[in-house]
Amino acid sequence: MPTMNFRVWRGDSKAGQFQDYTIEVDPGMVVLDAVHEIQALKQPDLACRWNCKAGKCGSCSAEVNGKPRLMCMTRLADLPKDEIVFIEPMRAFPTIRDLVSDVSWNYEVKKKIKPFKPRKPDAPDGTWRMQQADVERVQEFRKCIECFLCQDVCHVLREHHKHDEFIGPRFLVYVAALEMHPLDTGNRLKDLKDDHGLGYCNITKCCTAVCPENITITDNAIIPLKERVVDEFYDPLTRLFRMFKPRKQEA
Amino acid sequence: MATYPGISSIHEHDVLVIGAGGAGLRAAIEASSTGLKVGLICKSLLGKAHTVMAEGGMAAAMANVDDRDSWKVHFADTMRGGAYLNNSRMAELHAQQAPDRVRELEAWGAVFDRTTDGRILQRNFGGHRYPRLAHVGDRTGLEMIRTLQDHGVHKGLDIYMEMTVFELLQDKPGGRVIGAVGYDRELGRFRVWKAKAVVLATGGVGRCYKVSSNSWEYTGDGQVMAYRAGAEIMDMEFIQFHPTGMVWPPSVRGILVTEGVRGEGGRLLNNEGKRFMFDDIPDLYKNQVAKDEEEGWRYVMGDKNANRPPELLTRDHVARCINREVKAGRGSPHGGVYLDIAWVKEKIPNGAEHIKKKLPGMYHQFITLAGVDITKERMEVGPTTHYCMGGIAVDGDTQMASLPGLFAAGEVAAGLHGANRLGGNSLSDLIVFGKVAGEHASKFAKANSAVEPNTQQIEAAVRMALKPFEQGDKGESPYMVQRDLQDVMQDLVGIVRTEKEMARALDEIAKLRVRAAKAGVPGNREYNPGWHTALDLDNLLTISEMITRSALERKESRGAQFREDYPSKSDECSTFNVAARCSEDGSMGTVRRPLTPIRPELQEVIKEQQKA
Repeated sequence: MPTMNFRVWRGDSKAGQFQDYTIEVDPGMVVLDAVHEIQALKQPDLACRWNCKAGKCGSCSAEVNGKPRLMCMTRLADLPKDEIVFIEPMRAFPTIRDLVSDVSWNYEVKKKIKPFKPRKPDAPDGTWRMQQADVERVQEFRKCIECFLCQDVCHVLREHHKHDEFIGPRFLVYVAALEMHPLDTGNRLKDLKDDHGLGYCNITKCCTAVCPENITITDNAIIPLKERVVDEFYDPLTRLFRMFKPRKQEA
Repeated sequence: MATYPGISSIHEHDVLVIGAGGAGLRAAIEASSTGLKVGLICKSLLGKAHTVMAEGGMAAAMANVDDRDSWKVHFADTMRGGAYLNNSRMAELHAQQAPDRVRELEAWGAVFDRTTDGRILQRNFGGHRYPRLAHVGDRTGLEMIRTLQDHGVHKGLDIYMEMTVFELLQDKPGGRVIGAVGYDRELGRFRVWKAKAVVLATGGVGRCYKVSSNSWEYTGDGQVMAYRAGAEIMDMEFIQFHPTGMVWPPSVRGILVTEGVRGEGGRLLNNEGKRFMFDDIPDLYKNQVAKDEEEGWRYVMGDKNANRPPELLTRDHVARCINREVKAGRGSPHGGVYLDIAWVKEKIPNGAEHIKKKLPGMYHQFITLAGVDITKERMEVGPTTHYCMGGIAVDGDTQMASLPGLFAAGEVAAGLHGANRLGGNSLSDLIVFGKVAGEHASKFAKANSAVEPNTQQIEAAVRMALKPFEQGDKGESPYMVQRDLQDVMQDLVGIVRTEKEMARALDEIAKLRVRAAKAGVPGNREYNPGWHTALDLDNLLTISEMITRSALERKESRGAQFREDYPSKSDECSTFNVAARCSEDGSMGTVRRPLTPIRPELQEVIKEQQKA
């Protein structure tokens, strides 16, 4: 059976180094299979996070040859042959151990976003009516599996460490899903401008490039949000109108 | 506050929910809505539980697509699918309450696919008479868990991520459940949770088998903790093998291919190109199956006068038919059969686009993992271990187990599905009985005060948990013991079972127990997967023994259990459920529990629907 060489990050929040492993590989194997082989045969305590192994849960996020990837959806056959495969944890977050990053910050961010608040039901039986065409935009955003690869690649978080001021692409998509939800009555535009750091995004589209669900993060979520914020707060015509019309109360 | 040796944190809650998939989240939301202090323990990160894997949809008789549907039809379908071993009270409540639970998800932000008049769209699925599954493409489980998660985080729950519970605390052996002991993955520290009521929502047992659609978490933790505490674990012989898992390449073997593919018109073919499902129609469904391909296609297209294609029979039957084709040498090159959705291009314009739109996840999965374009090529599929119908025996009205203060909901509980679960009834199970369990756990917590746990029980549990470190790297590899157990269960207690093979399985399990006791792991307690695998072994072994002993006790073929030595149904066996329980000496025994009689008015419903 053919073999392949892997260089895997081992360490914790304080220190670490790469360690080399060589294992036999089957056709069709993905990077996560290789990590499991290493665990079973060579390094039982090698830490890695995973669940579904089918690209649906977004747990096994890591950096493979320097690129943010889901390990379960990265086939060894698609990596350069005869070269060492580098596997390391997502670097935009602190490392817990080996390939496991501390992503708890993301869960804290989500709590700060104003929750869904539907309009009154459309029908007497308490249900709503929505057309498929009107929900598709939001359904794209709701494909998100919260793998946080977009957060990992975003330079605002990764290089500039603006975790306190910027919620990152994942949560801009989340806000977009709420703002564009046909039933939602909430208004998060001021939060986007003042608290969520929308302005930090300079549309490099790195997040879109790494999204395993192929969500068009920048074009479909972030840019429309930027437009809405601009319309609301910076458009001179709107400002002029407002002088004569009382400002809409936040829902 | 009291302290316990070896325990680094003590948490106190009114209601403690263990497991954060659909059932656990729904239970926690319900309990917190009554004003109680609720803790929610996730084995992984929040929102990653197995619920995300559910694809096809959640069954609820909302009658949005076919107005002939009602809770009565849904109830009768569920009972028939379960070969009448179901807890009929649970099947009744489930059918009645599922529509409200689905609409509630919409009120909490879920975005289902729509009918042309703007309501929630419903699709066909195996064993459901009418289009009944509310869905979002083929990622319905993700929509459910994300909706519950996003709603739940604003409810003041205390959420404990990446923590595993290994022991239920009791006021006395076999008595009331008053908390739990576990550890956090990050630092390996032991923790105690004290609670007035505990809800188990820990899911299933699929890791006992080699070919499985289940993740590493599915190790039967809840069933085994409850078993050790004195609860009865019922119907464990009924393991659902989903007919369509991926079979190639080897590393993806077992990954689920949604029943939605067949719901959208996918046909199963053998290597002769024959649509073999037409050859074998069970008596219970004789007058409800299409007579030819043409009628089957009309059904898929929504013709209310047409009958279903045979690919949409119940999962137990379809899995056995596939197994038979493969054994007869009519399988695909890698030991499966073909599933063909590309053929719908002959039937509808823009067929390729239609497939990608209806089954985006499947398209993506096959292109990425197998290099197969399902809009052009056939998929290779075969049965994969998917779901456990059995679990903790609970009261149909309250979801309380036989131990006071212990509740169970979702896959960890038994009763709703009987001998075989219908696709789509799992997601609805989670939200219906998650809510019921949360509600009754709250009532129990309000009526009973907290009890101080016993220090010896905690100490003993911690001592057991640390054992793998004593052996260090000189011990047995826990990964190898797990792999060998998976081989035993796959080969000897799989889709087709015999007494002889299962007796051998019991011997093998006993030998593996000896090896598991010697399992050792190097390293320290911080995020050490070797240690976690070692701790899971006892659960997997106990579950495997339960499955095998229960299967031996049921000397018939019914629902998901097929016994080659007893190939037909027996009248005698239609009167009881098999339950496993822990004897005083620690050995496992099985008992036959007579079925609770079906109330006369529900019997009427079943009769009416059989005639229809």
